[in-house]
Amino acid sequence: MDMLAIDLLPPLLKGLQLTVLLTIFSTILALCIAFLAGFARLSKFRLVRGFATVYVEVFRGTSLLVQLFWMYFALPMLVDIRFSAMTVAIIALGLNYGAYGSEIVRSTILAIPKGQVEASIALNLTPFQRLRRVILPQAWSIMLPSFGNLQIELLKGTSLVYLITLAELTYQGMMLRTYNIAQTAAIFIWILVLYYATASILTFIIRLAERRANVGRG
Amino acid sequence: MIQNIQINLDSNIDLDKALPQPIVRYRNVTKAFGDHVVLKELNLDIMPGEKIALIGPSGSGKTTIARLLMTLERPSSGTIEVNGEMLWHMQHKGKLIAANEKHLHRMRSSIGMVFQHFNLFPHMTILQNVIEGLIQVRKTPKRQAQEKAMELLTQVGLQNHIKHYPSQLSGGQKQRVAIARALVMEPQILLFDEVTSALDPELVGEVLDVIKGIAAKKDTAMLLITHEMDFARDIADRVIFTDGGVIVEQGTPKEIFENPKSPRLQNFLTRFLSDRQSEPYKANKEIAAGNDL
Amino acid sequence: MWDWNYTWDILPELIKVVPLTIAITLAGFIIASLLGVPLALARRSKSRWFSIPVTAIADFIRKTPLIIQLSVIVFVLPQLIGLSLPPFFAGVIGLGIHYSTYLSEVYRSGIDAVPKGQWEAATALNFKKLKTWIRIIFPQSIPPTIPVMGNYLIVMFKETPTLSAITVVELLMTAKELGSTSFKYLEALTLVGLIFLALSYPSALIVRAIEKRMQRRGRSVLTK
Repeated sequence: MDMLAIDLLPPLLKGLQLTVLLTIFSTILALCIAFLAGFARLSKFRLVRGFATVYVEVFRGTSLLVQLFWMYFALPMLVDIRFSAMTVAIIALGLNYGAYGSEIVRSTILAIPKGQVEASIALNLTPFQRLRRVILPQAWSIMLPSFGNLQIELLKGTSLVYLITLAELTYQGMMLRTYNIAQTAAIFIWILVLYYATASILTFIIRLAERRANVGRG
Repeated sequence: MIQNIQINLDSNIDLDKALPQPIVRYRNVTKAFGDHVVLKELNLDIMPGEKIALIGPSGSGKTTIARLLMTLERPSSGTIEVNGEMLWHMQHKGKLIAANEKHLHRMRSSIGMVFQHFNLFPHMTILQNVIEGLIQVRKTPKRQAQEKAMELLTQVGLQNHIKHYPSQLSGGQKQRVAIARALVMEPQILLFDEVTSALDPELVGEVLDVIKGIAAKKDTAMLLITHEMDFARDIADRVIFTDGGVIVEQGTPKEIFENPKSPRLQNFLTRFLSDRQSEPYKANKEIAAGNDL
Repeated sequence: MWDWNYTWDILPELIKVVPLTIAITLAGFIIASLLGVPLALARRSKSRWFSIPVTAIADFIRKTPLIIQLSVIVFVLPQLIGLSLPPFFAGVIGLGIHYSTYLSEVYRSGIDAVPKGQWEAATALNFKKLKTWIRIIFPQSIPPTIPVMGNYLIVMFKETPTLSAITVVELLMTAKELGSTSFKYLEALTLVGLIFLALSYPSALIVRAIEKRMQRRGRSVLTK
């Protein structure tokens, strides 16, 4: 049955490779920013809090696609540097999802019962030890499911970078269409299936991480 | 099984019509949750207007007996009759099949229940809680419904709280509203599932008094699952003791509390009554044994 | 560098498109809200023949990119069943279907949060199924979900630029057109970003305020 159209796969898989790469790098960047900005928003220094809040509200309040376009088309006009599409994509995805991630970090840290902090003080742990040994391990297992959801959103976000001509999965699919317009349906179905498969693998990985993080909890 | 039922119905018709018929009959009712058998071949008749206290240790199946009648659980086997008609089965083309929702809806109108955790509707006022059933189910006009509701709310002593919301009331008040809400539907039998167990001790009395008042005035049959032994003794025509999913002993309050026959019941009563400082029972035991107090 | 004259020139052009963008958002939100209800009920259905396929499909739609789904509506439907929708409708429907999967989750969690005792009280009073839903369950399940729904409304608003990929004329598309003729992308795109911020940030603050107020009031109404 030619509906299966396996011959469409090779170029699509090449695109998927780039999608996965993009996802991995953006996720790492987003995670770093999430923790940085999340903690910055909890800082006692008003200036630090202010900067972080402005960053978070701006990137959460504007659209990912607008941010992508701005960095790719508008920024070069401002500072006369040309970034590659890949760089722009990673930075935009990282900044955008990092902003959402910082909210998860901030609200989770705030939700840790005050008693944990007090117990740590009573045991004479330093603030750093308190953070590393008591607060973060508990916060991490609470944050994981929300991070998991954000991860899926990030994966979907990578599909938009095709509009700044990055040859990831969606781009490859659109290109294929121009050569085989009759197979449009098969192409899109394959793309959807590949995204879903990737999303499922990501979800599985997060579940494993959740289980590891929850070892020993009743 | 169908043949047996036919025979029973026939023998009912042969009985002298002057004798009152039970309004509820449990016939060989078994209920299992997975492997766990909660009720074993229960047989129980409840007569019109009868007040029955159901006592026994936790897990003995008391609550399940009530929930099966209120159609909150389905029996694993056996039948329940209400006013001579099957509750969980119905006739279809000459055969007896499992009842559908329409049948259950019709049968349910004779049964009411008051819950341990009140289950009042939090988004409605007290008055609205009580009239809701009348308006939605009985299609009573609003004016009439409000009149009936006020009557009952006055009976339970909450006529000054009709515009309040459940969250503004104490546990005892909430339970009294729940009783009014169930009563206003005029069921033939009212089930009380440990209605004071979730209350602070000082609020228990007001609820029990209300129930005693209703028992005295109304001819509604009542099935009261309770741990309050004094209350059971005061109010019940019959006390039933269940343990391990079966009825171990039943009789009048005097028989059950002063002359328990089975060791299980004796055990239960000593355990229970000594915890709850109910001296009369122990005192009677002493007197019966010929000892001085 | 930045051309202020040009900025003031194009600002009216961009603002003109705002009502349309909001219309797209609202239309999509209405579709998502309506579609979410049967979805939520189907997913809660006791019959597995119903709940499992519906959950699988909803999961599939939720975890795959909107842009592909929009492309399916615009490019595949004409081929498959001869249905050629204008971009606006294709965009609104695609947006609505995609987000109905999120809203059905919200509805589901709202319904699950209603205590089991409420269902039992309704049974004890002999309520019919429909009456139970309308008089007892929905009044308790919906209010806590309102702030979350408000958030999704804002999310959908920020998703509208994706529709530019299927040539729906909204803010980003307009900025691209303006930029392509003048090659001045900086002003156009920055203005678009600012317009989004100007609309979504206050809305987010309003939703947060509503949430706080409901927590203060709601807590007293929704306890036993």
